[in-house]
Amino acid sequence: MLAFAIRRLFEAAFVMVTVALLAFVLFRFVGDPVSQMVGQDTSLEDRQRLRQELGLDDPIAVQFARFLADAARFEFGISYQMKQPVTAIIAERFPATLELALTAALFAVALGIPMGVYTGIHRDSWLSKVFLSISLIGVSLPTFLIGILLIYVFAVKFGVLPSFGRGDVVQIGFWRTGLLTGSGLKALVLPSITLGLFQMTLVTRLVRAEMLEVLRTDYIKFARARGLPQRAINFGHALRNTLVPVITVIGLQIGAIIAFAIITETVFQWPGMGLMFIQAVQNADIPIMAAYLMLVAFLFVLINFIVDLIYVRVDPRIRIYGPGASGR
Amino acid sequence: MARLFASDKMQLKAFAVSGVLALFLAANPAPAKTFRYAFQGDLNALDPYSLNESFTLGALGNVMEGLTKRDKDLKIIPGLAERWEIVDPLRWRFYLRRGVKFHNGEDFTADDVVFSTERMRSPGSQIKTRAPSDMQAVKVDDYTVDFVLTSPNPILNAEWDTWYMFSKKWAEANGATQAQLASATSLNPFALKANGTGPFMIVSHEPGVKTVFKPNANWWGKKEHNLDEVIFQTIKSDATRVAALLSGDIDMMDPVPVQDIERVKNSPNAVVLIAPELRTIFLNMDSFRDELLYSNVKGKNPFKDARVRKAVYQAIDIEAIHTKIMRGMSVNSALLISPLLYARAGEFKRHPYDVAAAKKLLADAGYATGFEVEMDCPNDRYVNDEGICQAVAQMLSRIEIKVKLNSMPKAKFFEKAGPTKKYDSSFNLLGWTPGSLDSWNVIENIIGCRDADGKGGLFNFGGYCNARISELNKLILVQTDSKKRDEMIAEAFRINHEEAGVIPLHQQSLIWGTSKKVKIVQRADNQILFYWAIME
Repeated sequence: MLAFAIRRLFEAAFVMVTVALLAFVLFRFVGDPVSQMVGQDTSLEDRQRLRQELGLDDPIAVQFARFLADAARFEFGISYQMKQPVTAIIAERFPATLELALTAALFAVALGIPMGVYTGIHRDSWLSKVFLSISLIGVSLPTFLIGILLIYVFAVKFGVLPSFGRGDVVQIGFWRTGLLTGSGLKALVLPSITLGLFQMTLVTRLVRAEMLEVLRTDYIKFARARGLPQRAINFGHALRNTLVPVITVIGLQIGAIIAFAIITETVFQWPGMGLMFIQAVQNADIPIMAAYLMLVAFLFVLINFIVDLIYVRVDPRIRIYGPGASGR
Repeated sequence: MARLFASDKMQLKAFAVSGVLALFLAANPAPAKTFRYAFQGDLNALDPYSLNESFTLGALGNVMEGLTKRDKDLKIIPGLAERWEIVDPLRWRFYLRRGVKFHNGEDFTADDVVFSTERMRSPGSQIKTRAPSDMQAVKVDDYTVDFVLTSPNPILNAEWDTWYMFSKKWAEANGATQAQLASATSLNPFALKANGTGPFMIVSHEPGVKTVFKPNANWWGKKEHNLDEVIFQTIKSDATRVAALLSGDIDMMDPVPVQDIERVKNSPNAVVLIAPELRTIFLNMDSFRDELLYSNVKGKNPFKDARVRKAVYQAIDIEAIHTKIMRGMSVNSALLISPLLYARAGEFKRHPYDVAAAKKLLADAGYATGFEVEMDCPNDRYVNDEGICQAVAQMLSRIEIKVKLNSMPKAKFFEKAGPTKKYDSSFNLLGWTPGSLDSWNVIENIIGCRDADGKGGLFNFGGYCNARISELNKLILVQTDSKKRDEMIAEAFRINHEEAGVIPLHQQSLIWGTSKKVKIVQRADNQILFYWAIME
């Protein structure tokens, strides 16, 4: 077990360095950060001096080595645009993204599972068809369109929910939460639906497929033969057995939700990391881009690592071989 | 009493969305007037010396003030100096307003002016061009300052409305004696704070998210607004910004995307404000190199020939760009400066759109069969920038100039077409607002000669160079007689016009959306100054 964990850690480190290298190569193509930092009247000499001070004139290898050395110490420098330490900006923005992502995941699960169960059991009822149509919209409409649509219906037309932003926030230690105020909760509704709709669809379809599968198995037939009540069969036996893959998928999707909150955050001007990243890309704010990409890579690596460990714990069929054996 | 009750109830209804606020209002007979506005860009550091950009300077212009101000029509008026005089051409004397206090209660005196002059020149400052580098600020007494020059300068104070005065004591106490270096590795505490003399103070500031202002009760001037609080928020997405205005979540926003103007106009609670902006959009052709970098013409450079440049000019159907691309939201221009900023602009007319004439010019220059060239164009910098470039490319195909268009984000564009990559472009589109609101700035930066690195006219992306213009450039700088000066400016502009060195297209429009409850002044420099805002 320990050997397995250590091997995975090495792999994780390798992934991180690769991401850093790729990110670094990409930064060559985002444009000139200096022209985004200075005013139009700044002289040529001042521009060149600034470029030199930022180390943008050094060879790529030198810049990369410097970046790795700094990153290993969690030092990502000062944002070119915001003039604040990148780590402080991320710490400030992370709670907003995490609250949004978790609410979206909660929404996806809370609605997706019952809908999946219902459509699995009542395959031909009209309500199932409605549910499946909704889930079809969820997979086929692009996120920004859903977001804009929701804004126009609920903010502009009916005026019941705010069109953008996070509402009032409360500071608890380093964490700035929107979950404790009325306006904060209201502001959360539309973005989390937008972000969670795709995941909800995924959960619905997954649960439905698993239910259909499980309901055909012998032990369900046996349970029926024993005369157990329908409810107990559906929820006690069938659903429980469908949940193993569902939990895995949701776990992995949380990483995806955080990483791909970019569009939702842009549409709703949600002050999280995704919005920060988009702004950084437009201004060629390299320190922020680098730190964000590393953080997302780290989240994915971490989640995968945890899922792997849980797998091993939960499912005895998954064997771990020592180093040298092929596959696992 | 009944009326009071009714208005309370209405307010309650309007704010029912946030229960907490509604409760607060019910307990408070005079509801607070909160002006909420949004812009597409961020308000980052609050040091007005560290970023020379009109939105940031505008937002801070509500909080801090310069020796001069500009009125609603951009005319220079007294600010923290109540008057000034030119003692002799090399000495300007400014008399400071008495009884002005900074937000923290300190008096504003000549020491602060001298200090602000030093700070303006600190290494991290982005506003060094506010005054000549050899100008000296000399304190005469507590309320008089002399600015001593080494050569006459007729427009010395042209940009002093955005050179905001700092409190010396406060800056020293807060470690803000220098503008933060752009390459700094630690945070300047000043980046998130501000202490000015202006009509508003900053209550809280979250960069890139939200900034809250409140009125300064001790302001020296006559209050022209009726606001109790101002909230600024960034809304990046165009559609969301429009939705926020239509739903009443905000009271004002900038800019309204051209395609959404009708929707805002048709809404029951919002209006669109349109005015010509100062920025001029124009085309640069590389007339610097002996051979174009991106063309099939080898061994010579067609853009070095004024006839070719003029052919390009006359092939552009500016009316079509105005109606189709800009949907009427532009003013066609014969000059590289807004007519609002140059008294004699009326004398200039565009070369007419004439495909036959353009073809003839090309044939005379020896390019009857045309040529190929690549054009670089930003796609997130100016109003419909990419659309304009596409239209130009298509129009030029009628005179057999085949344009291959490279559209790119602004960060990339300025790197490629600008000095960073040594003007690695043969043909491109750029926009410019002279910071001083004066023609000399345009003649220096846009049509002033430069070398391959950019020494000289830094934003002369095509490297156009005319010996007479460069001669005039030096003369205009020191000419204090405004009539003679305007004549020299006219001559420089006329040369560029005849040679089509840089081709002007238009001034784009400012398009703001406001709630019907708000009256606000839309100044042509696109600064949002809410000290002139009235809310119902």
